[in-house]
Amino acid sequence: MSNIDFRHSQSAHCESGVVSSLFRHHGLEISEPMAFGIGAGIFFGHLPFVKVNGVPGTTYRIFPGAIFNKASQRLGVTVRSESFRNVERAMEALDEKIAQGTPVGLLSSVYYLPYFPPAYRFHFNAHNLVVYGKSEEGNYLVSDPIMDVATEIDPESLAQARFAKGFPEPKGKMYYPVSMPDSVSWETPIKQGIEQACHYMLKIPVPLFGVKGMRFLAKRIQRYPEKVGERKAGLFLGNVIRMQEEIGTGGAGFRFMYAAFLQEAALKLNKPELSRLGAELTSVGDLWRNFAFQAGRVCKSRAGDTGSYQELGEMMIQCSAAEEVLFRKLAQVKF
Amino acid sequence: MKQEEVPQDGNGLTGGKFSQLFYAVNKEGEYVQVSSIGWEPENVAMAQAWDEIHQKTEATLQAVKDGKLSPIAYFMEKELMTPEILAGYVGKFQWQVKRHLKPSVFKTLPDTLLQKYAAVFKISVQELKQFGR
Repeated sequence: MSNIDFRHSQSAHCESGVVSSLFRHHGLEISEPMAFGIGAGIFFGHLPFVKVNGVPGTTYRIFPGAIFNKASQRLGVTVRSESFRNVERAMEALDEKIAQGTPVGLLSSVYYLPYFPPAYRFHFNAHNLVVYGKSEEGNYLVSDPIMDVATEIDPESLAQARFAKGFPEPKGKMYYPVSMPDSVSWETPIKQGIEQACHYMLKIPVPLFGVKGMRFLAKRIQRYPEKVGERKAGLFLGNVIRMQEEIGTGGAGFRFMYAAFLQEAALKLNKPELSRLGAELTSVGDLWRNFAFQAGRVCKSRAGDTGSYQELGEMMIQCSAAEEVLFRKLAQVKF
Repeated sequence: MKQEEVPQDGNGLTGGKFSQLFYAVNKEGEYVQVSSIGWEPENVAMAQAWDEIHQKTEATLQAVKDGKLSPIAYFMEKELMTPEILAGYVGKFQWQVKRHLKPSVFKTLPDTLLQKYAAVFKISVQELKQFGR
């Protein structure tokens, strides 16, 4: 089978990484932060009702699929996306596309990807990766954005990963660009991306999302020890850190990635203002890091005292205040 | 975060051959990509999550041995599944899977259904039936 000349590059987050590498393959040079910013990937949400193993969920980015869809739409890329009921049919469709020379983005479960370190393999079903060929032994060539280098996967594992059960079911989803724009004007997509991000962070009329969501979670954290007890408080807090820091799900500081986007946008559009806001967001990212650091210490020492949780809540309130100021300024930027 | 502040706290969880990508600023204030082998708070949270899983699996194993839960409960925990996920794999409703966790109900399950469970856990029906005895 013919192998596609595909350039693997590691990225901080799976979805923005796939957008960037697939688009670049088709001749549209776009960095990962640019894809993340245009796709309005930055977000915050606390979901006390969506429990994973009894632990409330927290997210630092927008829901899966949104970055890809919005970035494609805004840049004028037409994408074809297919889901399947039948495993054989899904694998055939994948084979057909690679035989035609098209690298394909796939939605899959991390649990069934043997090349991941075992400790990272949870039932997380919204991971994105690119398959770009098949080896002589019949393994698929994988460019997984989270991995340092391109890798391989056996067909059985890939089929399992594509048809994992649990929420959300990937249903063998595969996607690839079918037509690219002749030329790209960056201004409108960047502007639309920023507008949407500001809207998400400031204006959703539900207290669980955006900067309001951070305050909501901050207050919850302060009451964790008395509400759910010492042990669970530690688990809940651990999950907040994992969602903030872990690959595939949260990952590598979305605040820093968005700051990198603002910096790049400033250069592309010759708007130094955006770069200054980027530097400000870098400081907000550092606040989040301090929070994670402190929270990690509380988890490790298993300190269940209300004092440490009180302090952590305060730190997160600071993060939300700083982010609110920043996004209000960003929303004021004139294009 | 400055380039030189990107954490390099390695741990056993990544197998030592895996790094993550971070965005950080260099001396000129420009964002660059920096590779990291891990960060302490994440390592702590990750180890804690696995501790919890291992503890739960151990407790379930004991419950199976004591005849309080069926072997399905143990393998479900071991595969990090919930009744919801497992129900998806065997084509049952969640409440049915929960019922199958009872030893008394488990005994009455037909081999065809046990076969489905065993296949999900990648073991034989015999192993599933005999487990914990």
